[in-house]
Amino acid sequence: MKTIIIGGGKVVYFLAKVFISKGYEPVIIDQDKDECLWLSQQLKAVVLHGDGSRPSLLEEAGAREAVAVLAVTPRDQDNLVACQLAAKMFGVSRTLALVNDPENQEVFHRLGVSVAFSTTHIMATLIEQQAGLEEVVNLLPVAQGKVTVTELLLHQGLPSVGRTMQELDMPAGSLIGAVIRGEQVTVPRGPDRLQDGDRLLLISTPESYGPALRCLMGKEV
Amino acid sequence: MPKSLFIVVVGCGRLGSFLANGLSKQGHNVVVVDRREEAFAELSVEFSGFKVVGDAVESETLRKARTADADCLIAAAEEDNVNLMVAQVGKEVFGVKRVIARVAEPARELAYRQLNIETVSPTSLAGDRVLMSLAQTAGERPS
Repeated sequence: MKTIIIGGGKVVYFLAKVFISKGYEPVIIDQDKDECLWLSQQLKAVVLHGDGSRPSLLEEAGAREAVAVLAVTPRDQDNLVACQLAAKMFGVSRTLALVNDPENQEVFHRLGVSVAFSTTHIMATLIEQQAGLEEVVNLLPVAQGKVTVTELLLHQGLPSVGRTMQELDMPAGSLIGAVIRGEQVTVPRGPDRLQDGDRLLLISTPESYGPALRCLMGKEV
Repeated sequence: MPKSLFIVVVGCGRLGSFLANGLSKQGHNVVVVDRREEAFAELSVEFSGFKVVGDAVESETLRKARTADADCLIAAAEEDNVNLMVAQVGKEVFGVKRVIARVAEPARELAYRQLNIETVSPTSLAGDRVLMSLAQTAGERPS
């Protein structure tokens, strides 16, 4: 399945790598010629040089067959226009845009972008986050996505609550790195018991992520 | 003279300053927005409107220009994408009734016209004009 990534820098490189590893065919559109050359040498991906908000270039990138367009340039206006053109002219159903001004997140939703994300906003929420609303509070890929670190919030009724580390049959390739209980952070050992309200740092490989979540939360969250 | 309108002009380059000067002279209330303060040097001495320094793709800048009260917003910045974004934000977020965007690239212009954004393309205007003029010359010449 084809995805189009518009932007430059390391973000695009790593995004493309993640997409390739998940079996997508990313096509990159980058304004920087030298970077295009570098990207095409590093990745098994089609790299086009130019302005991703030009209809002709989107078409050349295969926008008609693309399942998603991801616009991550540092310029909000370019990301918006690229997403809108992809959707309106080429029927791309899923468009994702990076917004630099956090206020534009709301604006982009109103103007038809499927997902608008603001790094500023994400960072701010991470800091503000007291107790998360959902069980998976955040997910952080490390080492090019070979390891993920997830923060989980436990509540009454989950299979892991009330059980000790020993009793939990955590799958290979996963580990509870820390338990955050109130102000206290502990690295759990065998006899330690999990409680309602605990926050866990789960470290896992992508393959064991699902099984580990099932083991702790009783389902894939 | 028709009733005076409140008009926000985004971009104070060649087109923006031309429009701002002209509209101000006609007696309209004009606010002109540009990222660079130096750009306002293009305004004539008779220009009696307001100037706002800021990046118009940030809603904050449009708020400073009192866009919500505007009868008309003209997006005349250098970059197409700035204009397309500002025009849509003006219309959808600030509720401006009449919004006009300058779009240089004809292919992009076409797409946005379908989105009900009123656009003006200097490229198409000049191009059409030249083609028309050439067609006339060709028509005049006996074949």
